[in-house]
Amino acid sequence: MTSPLQQKIRITGPSVVTANRLRDGAVVYRTAAGEWTTDIGKAAVVSTATEATELLAGAKNDGTRAVDVYIAPVKVDRDGVVPGNLRELIRLRGPTIDLPVTFGV
Amino acid sequence: MYRYDDFDRTLLAERVKEFRGQVARRLSGELTEDEFKSLRLMNGVYLQLHAYMLRIAIPYGTLSSAQLRRLAYVARTYDRGYGHFTTRQNIQFNWIKLAQLPDAMADLAEAGLHGLQTSGNCVRNITTDQWAGVAPDEIEDPRPWAELIRQHVTLHPEFSFLPRKFKIAVGAAAHDRAALRIHDLALRLHRNGAGEEGFEVMVGGGLGRTPFIAKTIKPFLPKRDVLSYIEAVLRLYNQYGRRDNIYKARIKILVHDKGAEQFAKEVEAEWQSIKDGMLALDQAVFDDIATRFVYPAYETLADDPPELKAALGDPRFATWHGNAVNRHKRPGYAIVTLSLKPIGKPTGDCTADQMDQIADIADRYSFGEIRVGHEQNLVLPHVAQRDLPDLWRALDAAGVATPNVNQISDIIACPGLDYCSLANARAIPVAQNIAKRFSDPKLSQSLGRLHINISGCINACGHHHVGHIGILGVEKNGEEFYQITIGGRADEGAELGTLIGPAVPYAEVADVVEDIAEAYLSLRERPDELFIETFRRVGVEPFKERVYATR
Repeated sequence: MTSPLQQKIRITGPSVVTANRLRDGAVVYRTAAGEWTTDIGKAAVVSTATEATELLAGAKNDGTRAVDVYIAPVKVDRDGVVPGNLRELIRLRGPTIDLPVTFGV
Repeated sequence: MYRYDDFDRTLLAERVKEFRGQVARRLSGELTEDEFKSLRLMNGVYLQLHAYMLRIAIPYGTLSSAQLRRLAYVARTYDRGYGHFTTRQNIQFNWIKLAQLPDAMADLAEAGLHGLQTSGNCVRNITTDQWAGVAPDEIEDPRPWAELIRQHVTLHPEFSFLPRKFKIAVGAAAHDRAALRIHDLALRLHRNGAGEEGFEVMVGGGLGRTPFIAKTIKPFLPKRDVLSYIEAVLRLYNQYGRRDNIYKARIKILVHDKGAEQFAKEVEAEWQSIKDGMLALDQAVFDDIATRFVYPAYETLADDPPELKAALGDPRFATWHGNAVNRHKRPGYAIVTLSLKPIGKPTGDCTADQMDQIADIADRYSFGEIRVGHEQNLVLPHVAQRDLPDLWRALDAAGVATPNVNQISDIIACPGLDYCSLANARAIPVAQNIAKRFSDPKLSQSLGRLHINISGCINACGHHHVGHIGILGVEKNGEEFYQITIGGRADEGAELGTLIGPAVPYAEVADVVEDIAEAYLSLRERPDELFIETFRRVGVEPFKERVYATR
């Protein structure tokens, strides 16, 4: 059986590696330096399958800091790096609805 | 109210201690995520889009005011000041931190609250009628039976690794308020022709990608055999349920593949071999459970007291009373539903401040007891009718007196893509848009009983298949679309809805619902013909024509 790390990765455009931080579940992105950041602008953006595979492998080996690691599409425009779909936008910015209270936010 | 004993308290304290150790080992790296995931799920801890989510069981939907205050405390201390009541008599906190979860669980355990078996491939929280014990149309309180089953299956080693999750509901009333027929196994207490009480046993219900209405496999099961029969069903499922395909692993697939008749025969054979053994009902054990459900010291009161009659002169009060107040088993008392569906707010959400207010109100007017229903509303089960005017003012101040119970804006919705990692589309803002569209109370009232259910993915946590109008979010080329079904119902006449046509984009869902509502108003034969009755009479076509004529 092929290990997930050996599986072929296909990407169709600029992508980042994202996950949830282990301690609190916060959405994080992998940087080129092998760190995790909550700022998508500091994420390493890859555009080839080889780059994505390498970035993902390092991230998956970092299981004491982040979990549920995967590749997510992004768009790069004049404003910088922004999520490539609604799911990722919600992960970055939070629910699209007004929360019942703003306590602790 | 159920009174916990030392055994219950010790069990929960030990479980928290165990989980604290597991979290510490996970954070230190001693446990991998693969090793830890099943352990956290066994305690109701999921990882969602933004954070960990803690699901807490409210067995048979019964909460004390002290427990509700504790939920408020946990919401403020460890989360963002609110919780979300689900369609299975649970509450979920959406922003909790893994490192703080053991402390949150310890605080909950002190109040007899926990997340045991709210996830994983085990028997989940046993649900029942939120009017249990007070409904005028019930044979007896079904909660002691639910508690008996809960005690039997909690941490039961044989049933902790089932092929898939297993949901049980128990009812005892003529009108099904517990959505019995969409459960893996459901029990309905009734009387047979000889006047004896026993259970109708239904199996194989469930929604998700392959929805089924449960089949009756035992029309009458004597009370003494309830545990042995459930054990026989679970054994058969454990042995033959599919473990090779998660999408075919629920008992509904097994019942469908074998056929209900064959499944019933095999259960019967297994049951005959164990029915007179140690699982035959021990009446002393059951009586002990039943006596731990303590009922209030009701006063001797008459229905329709002068205070109530006078207050009904106020149109706002009268509207609320006509919508949220129901008859009680005891004269002079009422069952009151608290709407957690204020127009434009997230469905089923309750802030910590509201929880504290409702707890205080329950102490003052409902003997300190609150119920949680699968419709994502709360109930005060023991209100003296003379107190209804004062209660209404208190509930209104707390924001839970919107007079829309069972109406078009009383929408059942899952958290959807705003929170859930499984979702394909949003559910809450769709519900908000529809509720705003029908915010005129007169319009809403004229539409009568009309249930809308919304799910953000095929897993169907919003029970869309059984909504009078069902809405399922799907993703098409990166955009949110919604499939619309009509004619579903979750009560004693449970049926799956019929798809009306191609999915519509997010922006058009409220328009489609408005088209369906207008079609109903023009099709109904008389003002009191309910939407579901009109649908049954005319079928799907007239609605379909109305919705797609201009699309």
